[in-house]
Order: sequence, then C-alpha cells, then structure tokens
Amino acid sequence: MNGYIALSATDLALGSLLVLANAALSLALHLGVHRRLLIAAVRMVVQLSLMGLVLATLFSHVSPWWTGLAALVMVLFAGREATARQDRPLAGWWSFGLGTSCMSMAACLVTIFALTTALRPDPWYDPRYAIPLLGMILGNTMTGVSLGLNTLTNGLAQRRSGVEARLMLGAPRFEALGPVIRDALRNALMPTINSMSATGVVSLPGMMTGQILGGVAPMEAVKYQILIMFLIAGGTGIGAVGAVMGGVFRLTDARHRLRLDRLRPLSGE
Amino acid sequence: MLVISQLSRSGLAPASFSLDYGECVAVRGPSGAGKSLLLRSIVDLDPNSGEVSLDGVAREAMDGPAWRRLVGYLPAEPGWWDDRVGRHFSDWATALPLVERLGLPADAGDWPLTRPSTGERMRLALVRALTQSPKVLLLDEPTAALDAASVSVVEAMIAERVRDGLAVLWVTHDAAQGERVARRFLRVEAGQVREEAA
Repeated sequence: MNGYIALSATDLALGSLLVLANAALSLALHLGVHRRLLIAAVRMVVQLSLMGLVLATLFSHVSPWWTGLAALVMVLFAGREATARQDRPLAGWWSFGLGTSCMSMAACLVTIFALTTALRPDPWYDPRYAIPLLGMILGNTMTGVSLGLNTLTNGLAQRRSGVEARLMLGAPRFEALGPVIRDALRNALMPTINSMSATGVVSLPGMMTGQILGGVAPMEAVKYQILIMFLIAGGTGIGAVGAVMGGVFRLTDARHRLRLDRLRPLSGE
Repeated sequence: MLVISQLSRSGLAPASFSLDYGECVAVRGPSGAGKSLLLRSIVDLDPNSGEVSLDGVAREAMDGPAWRRLVGYLPAEPGWWDDRVGRHFSDWATALPLVERLGLPADAGDWPLTRPSTGERMRLALVRALTQSPKVLLLDEPTAALDAASVSVVEAMIAERVRDGLAVLWVTHDAAQGERVARRFLRVEAGQVREEAA
C-alpha cells in the first residue's frame, strides 16, 4: 500500500455542510423531511463511529469467539431488517426465523467458502477479512431474501383464486404455486443481476473505490470486486431459494392446501 | 358413493350426509350461511375435521391432488392463472365440443383472459371442471351470471352427466332451478346442514 490521505474532523464538518444544505432545502420547499434527514445523518455518524471502534477492538484481538459474536449480531440485525420489509409477513416467529436462518446460512456458507479457498487469511477467521466480507454478502443476501419472500407472500395473496383454481383441478402444490415461485426467485435475483451488469459502467462499487482511495492498485481492487460480486450472487441465490421454498412449505400443507391463514393478518382484517 | 360424516370447520357445524352416483342434490340457504365453506371442506381446500370417503376409501388414503381430481369443485368465482383462455385447459381439443355447445366460439382458446365476460368465464370454468372427468362435482351457483338460454344448456349438460353416473351437489339460490335439477335437498343455515323436504 502506498499510504493514503487521512481525513481530519474539519474535513468531515465541511462535508456535513452538504447535508445541512439539504435540510435547508427541505425547510424552504416545505418538504417536511429536514428532521428525519438530520436524525438519519446523526445516526449514520454515530453508528459508523461505533462500528469503527468495534472493528478496531476486534482487529486487535484476533479471536474466533469475538469474530463469531460480531457475525451473530450482524445476522440478527439483518434478520430484523428483512422482517420489517415484509408487507404480509408470516405469522408468529416464522417471518424472522425463516428470513434470518436462510440468509445467515447462505452468507456464512459463502463467506467461509471465500475465506478458505480464495482469500486464505491466517487464521481463516481473521476479523479483518471475515467481518467486511460477511457484511457485504449479508447486506445483499438480505435484499434478495426479503424481496423473494415479499414477492411470494404478496403474489399468493393477490393470485389466490388462480392458485386455488389449479389446486381444485388436482395440481400438486409446486405446480399450482409455480408462477408465483418463479416470480419470487426472479425478483430476488434481479438486483444482483442488475448491479453486475451496471458495475464498472454506471457505478463504481463502494468497496473498490475504498480500496483505490486507500492506495491499492486499481487492478488489484478490481480483482477483489469481481470476487465479491460472485460471492454476492452465490449468497443471494442460496438464501433466496431457501427462503422462498421454506415460505412455500409454510404457506401450503401436506394436503396441498394454500394456507394464507399462516400470514399475519393485515391491519383492519 | 360420497359419504360425509361429522364434517366441520370454523363456521360450519358437524355435517353428515351422503351422495350417490347418478344423483343431484340441491343445496339451498341464505348467503353467508356456510354453503361455500361446506363445498371447500369437502374438496379439502381448508383445514377441517370429520370423515369424507368415496366408495369406502377415505380421502386421507390419497394425497390432496388425487382427491380433488375425483371430487371436482366449481366455485362461484372461478380462478384463472394464465393470460390466455386455452392455457387453462389440459387439452383444448377435448374441451372444444363442450365449449361450442355452451355457445362459445372454437377460437375462444386463443382469447386473452381479459376478453370473456363473467358469464363466459363461468361456462369456460364449467367445461374445465367437466373435462377432468370427476366422479363427484360440486357446483356453486354455476348459472348465476347466465342468460336463460345458457341456463337450460348448462342444466341439460349436467343432467346428462348425472344420468351417466356423476354425483352432483348443486348450490342454487333459485328455488325453481332447485326443483328442476334435484329431487333431494340440503339446507344450510347459520353453519348447520340438514336434509330438507322438497
């Protein structure tokens, strides 16, 4: 590494003027978002600073336990976030449980795969590699899982009569739910496909930009980014298939009935 | 013979009756009394309890799809899942004679699903259910949206099938239709099912 330009508090304060300008715009145009904007900006600063402290501590104590604990906390937050994004979540603990277990399984599997084959840090659980890698894969897997589950539950609720018509004619559940399942998986994978095709032309990925700003040679940063994209695609696919199929099993039963009674009722129902 | 014993679910008190092959039984009762719940429970589309068997074979002895191929159900608002009419039929050629007899053109299979009217959809759904060759057919107001001429064609078509041995449970609000198609009657009121005199 060639070293990098360190930022001072004054530099950040200067940058924050842009957010203040946004808030002023909101006030002038009566957009009503200035409060939320400022709170979000403060949250971002606090959360990232805490993250920085946590990472600094983690990096100085290379321990599988602390790395594992950090991973667990990340997974739980991701699960909560994915659950909050559902229009019609599964009733009870199923929504949180299914989403969280599928995305943690997929993200951990893919992260460990990368750590033991391509990257091979020593030890393999070195938090300097494991945590950022898991974070990036988990974030994308979360999007895929929550989109997939949301498309599945909304699709089944909206296309109920069509799905039941096929069941009535003697179709097994996977055939009757087929079009909805395919839509759910397609929607889950779409952001990954879109970001792969736009990367490098429309957008420069944050991780690659960060590495370049940090002094890494562009080609090296690009290789890292390519690997990350593959890992994200793999994690999203595994997580989405698990979550959507789990959702199908939960929303049907062994008698091949559609069980929308296992969705949380919409308010007003 | 379809034998139903102590069939119940929420909104439906335990119901017991039987239905013979070659028999059409009319089901009457006010809206919201539980007629559709009864039919849905018989085809096992909702969780329910009780025993239902066909020719002495309990429905639990086979999987849900196999049961529903034997016991067909035409709901009051049939569902559709594709954007072409013909794709809802396992074989449009087999369906064609029935489609034409019900007054629909042969090219209706190529129609987009937005084209058929409510009455036409009802007739198409009836053909779809009949071409599955069920042994029992549950009909929920199959002629509600039809003109008088189509009503007689549907009634004649079902009557022929009944003569050939089909067992039919026919929900109707039309007292005269009940008298025309059935000799036995069930009355559903506030979730209670009971046999009723003509």
